[in-house]
Amino acid sequence: MMGASSSFAQSLRRVRSLVRKELRQLLRDPKTKRVVFAAPIIQLLLFGYAVTTDVHDIRTFVVDHDRTAESRGLQEAFTAGGYFRIIGRSDRPADIAAALDGGRAVVGLEIPFGFARDLAAGRGARVQVLIDGTSSNTATVAQGYASRIVQEFGVRQAAGWGREPGGGVDLRARAWFNPDLTSRVYNVPAIIGVLLMLMCLLLTALAVVRERELGTLEQLLVSPLSAGELILGKTIPVAVIALIDLAIICAVALLWFDIPLRGSVPALVLASFVYILASLGLGLFISTVSRTQQEAFMGMFLLFLPVVILSGFMYPVDTMPPLFQSLTLLNPLRHFLEIVRGIFLKGHGFAEIAEPLAVLTTMAVLVLAGATARFRKSVR
Amino acid sequence: MSAVSVQGLSRSFAGTVAVDSLTFDVERGQLFGIVGPDGAGKTTTLRMLAGVLPPTAGDAVLLGVSVAREPERVKPHIAYMSQRFGLYQDLTVRENILFYADLYDVPRGELPARMERLYRFSRLGDFEDRLAGRLSGGMKQKLSLSCALIHQPAVLLLDEPTFGVDPISRRDLWLILHQMVADGMTVIVTTSYMDEAERCDVVAMLHEGRLLGLDSPRVIQDHIEGSLFAVRGPDPRALRDLLRHTSGVRHATLFGDVVHAVTGTDITAVSLERMLIDGGASVDDVTSARPSLEDAFIEFVHAPS
Repeated sequence: MMGASSSFAQSLRRVRSLVRKELRQLLRDPKTKRVVFAAPIIQLLLFGYAVTTDVHDIRTFVVDHDRTAESRGLQEAFTAGGYFRIIGRSDRPADIAAALDGGRAVVGLEIPFGFARDLAAGRGARVQVLIDGTSSNTATVAQGYASRIVQEFGVRQAAGWGREPGGGVDLRARAWFNPDLTSRVYNVPAIIGVLLMLMCLLLTALAVVRERELGTLEQLLVSPLSAGELILGKTIPVAVIALIDLAIICAVALLWFDIPLRGSVPALVLASFVYILASLGLGLFISTVSRTQQEAFMGMFLLFLPVVILSGFMYPVDTMPPLFQSLTLLNPLRHFLEIVRGIFLKGHGFAEIAEPLAVLTTMAVLVLAGATARFRKSVR
Repeated sequence: MSAVSVQGLSRSFAGTVAVDSLTFDVERGQLFGIVGPDGAGKTTTLRMLAGVLPPTAGDAVLLGVSVAREPERVKPHIAYMSQRFGLYQDLTVRENILFYADLYDVPRGELPARMERLYRFSRLGDFEDRLAGRLSGGMKQKLSLSCALIHQPAVLLLDEPTFGVDPISRRDLWLILHQMVADGMTVIVTTSYMDEAERCDVVAMLHEGRLLGLDSPRVIQDHIEGSLFAVRGPDPRALRDLLRHTSGVRHATLFGDVVHAVTGTDITAVSLERMLIDGGASVDDVTSARPSLEDAFIEFVHAPS
């Protein structure tokens, strides 16, 4: 009666049954349903608006010693583009320092006496711009804007007086793929990667350890269900849900934020699927090494933060120290960001994403195999 | 061939011996009890038989297959109900049972008849669509048993199935077990309740990981050498303490308001009462008693090995 080991049909029935059970449990709980389907939309909206490195309405304090039509023209040039907003004026330079110190202003603009006269004389005008460097990103951007505005103002004035602008090279930079350099176009596709990772970790990190705590794991272990079947049965439902999330997030990105999707959609779906497998493999691995749900939760956050920071999502990989740059190579999010930004912004297809996709595939296979092996071992 | 054949089965955890070379056989269709106090090694033994815990030494052969070497081949033919059998609280009664039916590949054609039978035994049919989390403790336990029985295992391993269960459900559970045994199923059950052990065909007495005795409950009870007396009095505790210091009394144990005293064969009820009154105790009566399994167990534990 001890027949041959279980056939493929039996194995299939076990996995299907586990998948059905997992989906039932996930979708029966209204709280889980909200987390799974509403949270990604809310987070995308939040991130989409909050995570922006675009700088506008920079609070500016002005000290104008010149008080001429030209000096007022320069101030108008600062505010016209919407980049700077004047929050105060005075004739004492000390007030600039006070405004910067107190955090009321980020930029101080001081126009010296004789500004208009120097311009008219063709000597080139000098103004002083003081910038609060505490926030280095804003400072850099503000500095760039300010120097461009001052330069353009000078050129325009010179032209108005019928004079050639004072020689030199006239640099006209044009940004490709994102002509307006809108950070949202760059960030929203990346948020897809972060949200998918978060979802996959949330849904899988507790998957095995919850059953361990409940005592159901022991029952699964005495049953003919194998370690591979268990991992498969835990993987498929989450992958399905994550793919639905992907569709929701992409819809919001395209329809609400008007993010252009220039590349291949099938490539995006395939890459996302592989990335989802790698992410939930990580979650399952955490779940199999954890003894309690709290442990799994902590493990999840300890993993998630470095994954996001070392991915190029907020801080470009190129500016990291070499050691951390090589660390990012182990990070699935880093590779997925490369793919997803390529597809959205540069119009990439399968050919261009082949390399990072191969890396992601390798990771997914290794992580899932690791979780299975680790699970088999933890049983004993 | 025995349904279960255990040979020198041992298990240590970090140097501590939990189960110490157990050897016993369980025949097909037998109701086999493993009794002993908490920490005797009952659960460890069952988990090894179920193939979830590899033995450190020895082996158990279930239905001709070694659990140490081929645990996967044993699994389809046994059921193991752990002390905390995990039910999926957010699935219904029916969904829980069907899930296990799928895991064990129960033929779909047979499912309705098997479900019907289990519902009849457990009286869970009316609660088919109720979430397991909303069942009472006794019903949960019956559902656990139903999940374990849906694939009609040849060997059923139960770890303290009636622990914390109300008396009515306890009786129901035992009725189901007797029915399964009558159908030819081999059942191994652990318990720390002696009245339950007395329902078994054969009892293995486990203490500190070692097998103290192995026989039918009747033979074990009669195994007590000497005599057993039931002593009653207004202050049973004082009586017990006095008995423990009375010569000829091997040990005395309190059972409710009765003290059981095991003595040598030279002592009679009359002489025991005399000795107690001489010792200054007030005694209502001393009668010769039939030893229970519990007396036997205590006698075994105290016996010099």
